[in-house]
Amino acid sequence: MPDAVTIPEERVDLSVELGGLRMRNPITTASGCFASGPEVDRFFDIAELGAIVVKSITLEPREGLPTPRMAETPSGMLNAIGLQNPGVDRWIAKDLAWLRGKDLPVVVSIAGRTVDDFREVARRLRPVRSSLAAVEVNISCPNVEDRNIVFACRAEPSAAVIQAVARELDLPLFAKLTPDVSDVTEIARAVVQAGATGVSLINTTLGMAIDIETRRPKLANVMGGLSGPAIRPIAVRTIFQVHRALPEIPIIGMGGVRTAEDAVELLLAGASAVAIGTANFLDPFATQTVIQGLRTWMARRGYRSVADLRGQVALP
Amino acid sequence: MTTPMRTRDRQVHGRPGDTPLRVIAEVLHRKREGAYWSISAAAPEVAERARPGQFVNVAVQAQNGLLRRPFSIYRVSRQGPFAGTVEFVFDAHGPGTEWLTRIDSHQLLDIVGPLGSAFPIPQRQVPCLLVGGGYGVAPLFFLAEELTREGFRVDMLVGAATQERIFNVIEAKRMTASVTFTTDDGSFGERGRVTDVLAQVAEDCRTKVVYGCGPMPMLRALSETCGELELPCQVAVEEHMACGIGVCWTCVVPIRAKDGSIRMKRSCIDGPVFNGGRIAWEASRWDTGAPLPPDEAEAPEPERLSDADLWGT
Repeated sequence: MPDAVTIPEERVDLSVELGGLRMRNPITTASGCFASGPEVDRFFDIAELGAIVVKSITLEPREGLPTPRMAETPSGMLNAIGLQNPGVDRWIAKDLAWLRGKDLPVVVSIAGRTVDDFREVARRLRPVRSSLAAVEVNISCPNVEDRNIVFACRAEPSAAVIQAVARELDLPLFAKLTPDVSDVTEIARAVVQAGATGVSLINTTLGMAIDIETRRPKLANVMGGLSGPAIRPIAVRTIFQVHRALPEIPIIGMGGVRTAEDAVELLLAGASAVAIGTANFLDPFATQTVIQGLRTWMARRGYRSVADLRGQVALP
Repeated sequence: MTTPMRTRDRQVHGRPGDTPLRVIAEVLHRKREGAYWSISAAAPEVAERARPGQFVNVAVQAQNGLLRRPFSIYRVSRQGPFAGTVEFVFDAHGPGTEWLTRIDSHQLLDIVGPLGSAFPIPQRQVPCLLVGGGYGVAPLFFLAEELTREGFRVDMLVGAATQERIFNVIEAKRMTASVTFTTDDGSFGERGRVTDVLAQVAEDCRTKVVYGCGPMPMLRALSETCGELELPCQVAVEEHMACGIGVCWTCVVPIRAKDGSIRMKRSCIDGPVFNGGRIAWEASRWDTGAPLPPDEAEAPEPERLSDADLWGT
C-alpha cells in the first residue's frame, strides 16, 4: 500500500519484470503503432522506453491492403492496414540491426496465416534470439481475408500457434488476444497452458463506418480495427477479467491509453506493463510523456513501485 | 496532450538537426483567402528547418476528434520583421478545419513539423513549370521562392473549379515569369483543366521539369500527360493520414520499384513528394476525374422545342 505522503520522484521504482521480460519502466509501444523505432527516434531517444513492441512481422514481405486504410471515428479510429511489413528476413537485416544499437528491450511481434507460418517465422528468429527480449504472438489481427482464421477467436487454434512458437523460441512469449470473444479468460487459459508466458490485452476491436453520402464503407477493406480512447473501457474490462481468472500471469495492457492516469487505470485493472498505441499518432512524445507523468503521479501519492498498483482496483 | 493550451511559454520539443519538432506556437493571423483560409504561426525552429514540399501536422479541436490535420507549408519567413513564421492554407470541409477558421491571433496551436520529403531541386539550370490545383498550389509558392533564389526560370499553371477557388492570383503573377490559369467553368483564365493546356504552356516556356500539387485525380492526369510529353515530373500527393510521422502505414501510395514491383510507400515520410512517373496510378484508387461537361453556350439551341425539351417526360 502507498505511503500516505508524497515521496521524492527518484524514490519511485518504475522497473517491472514480466516472466523474464525486464523493463526499466512499465511503458512500451503497442504493435503497429510505432513501426520499429527509427521514425519516433527522430523526436527523442526511444531508449527511454521500458521496451519496444515492433509492428508485426510475417514470413513473407507484405504490401498490405488498398487505401483508404483509415477512418476517424468518435474518440477513435478504424484501420485496415493488412500487416504491411518487410518480411522476417529483411526485418532482421535492417530493423533489428538498427535496434541493436539501442539499449532497449526488443519485443518482436509475429503474425501469420497458418500455424506453419508462425513456426517458420519463429525458426528464422532463432539465430538472433540474443537480440530479442520477448516475442508477442499476434493471433488477433482483425484485418485478415477470412474471420475464420483469426486464431484468437477460438481456444484450440490459439493454443496450436502458441505451442508451435514456444517450441522454436526460448523467450518470454506473450499472446496478443482480441476482446471480440464471448469469454476471453477461456482463450487466455488455453494459450497459457500451451506455453505462453503472458498475454497482451487488447488488440483492436472489429468495427465499420459508412460514408452516408456515397453509401460506401469508409475503409477499402470494409471493416477494420477500432483503436483509441473509445476502446479503453473494453481494455480495462478485458484486463480485469483475465487478471482475476489468472492472477499469476503477466499482462501487457493496451487500448486507448493517452495519459499517465490512463496507464494507472490499466495497472489497477491488472496490467503489469502498459503499451501506448494510437496516442503515438496524436503526439510523437506520448510514450515519453506517460513515463514521466507516471513517475510524478506515483510520487505524489507515495507509491514506491508498480507492484503497489497492479490489480489494486478496490471492488465494492 | 493535443489540446492547444493558453500559456505564455512557447514550447519546443525535439532534437537538434533537421528532424521534425513539436511546437506550441502562437497564431499571428488567420485570414480569408478567396474560398480558402490561411494561418500564420510563430514557429522559428520549424521555419528554419522547413523545405518546400514538406508539411505540418496540426492538432485541432473537433468534437470527439483525435487526429491531427496535415497541411503543406505555404511559406516560411526566416528574416525580417515577421521572422520565424510558418504559414499554411486550408479549405474548411470538416469539423477540424472549421475549428481552425475560428482560431484567433495569439491563440496557441500544437504543430508537428516539418514532415515528409521536399521537392528535389534540379542540378542543372532549367526552366521549371509549377502546376497547382485548388489550394494545392500553396506549397508551390514556397518552391517558386526557392527556385527563383537559385536562379531558375519559374512558370506557373494554376487550375481550379471556379475563379474563387484559384488561390492568390496576384502572388502567382508576382513570383513567376509567366502564369496561366484554367477554371472548369471558364470563370477565370482558360476554360478546362490544367492538363488541357499543359503541352502548349510547356512548349511556350521551354519547360524541362514539372512540379505538381493538388487533388489526386489532377496529379494522376498531370503525371500521365508529363509521361506522354517526356517531361520529368515531381508531385506532392495527399492520402488519408493518421500519424504523419511514418508509424501507422495508412497514407500509402503505390510506387513502382526499379525491378518493376509495386511497393506501398508512406506519403508522410517516403513522400509526400514522389516522382509522378514512378507512381503506379493504375494500382491506386485514383482516376483522372470525370471529364468536364460540354460548354452549354456551345450546345446548339433547337429551333422548335418539344414538350419533352420543355417539361421533361
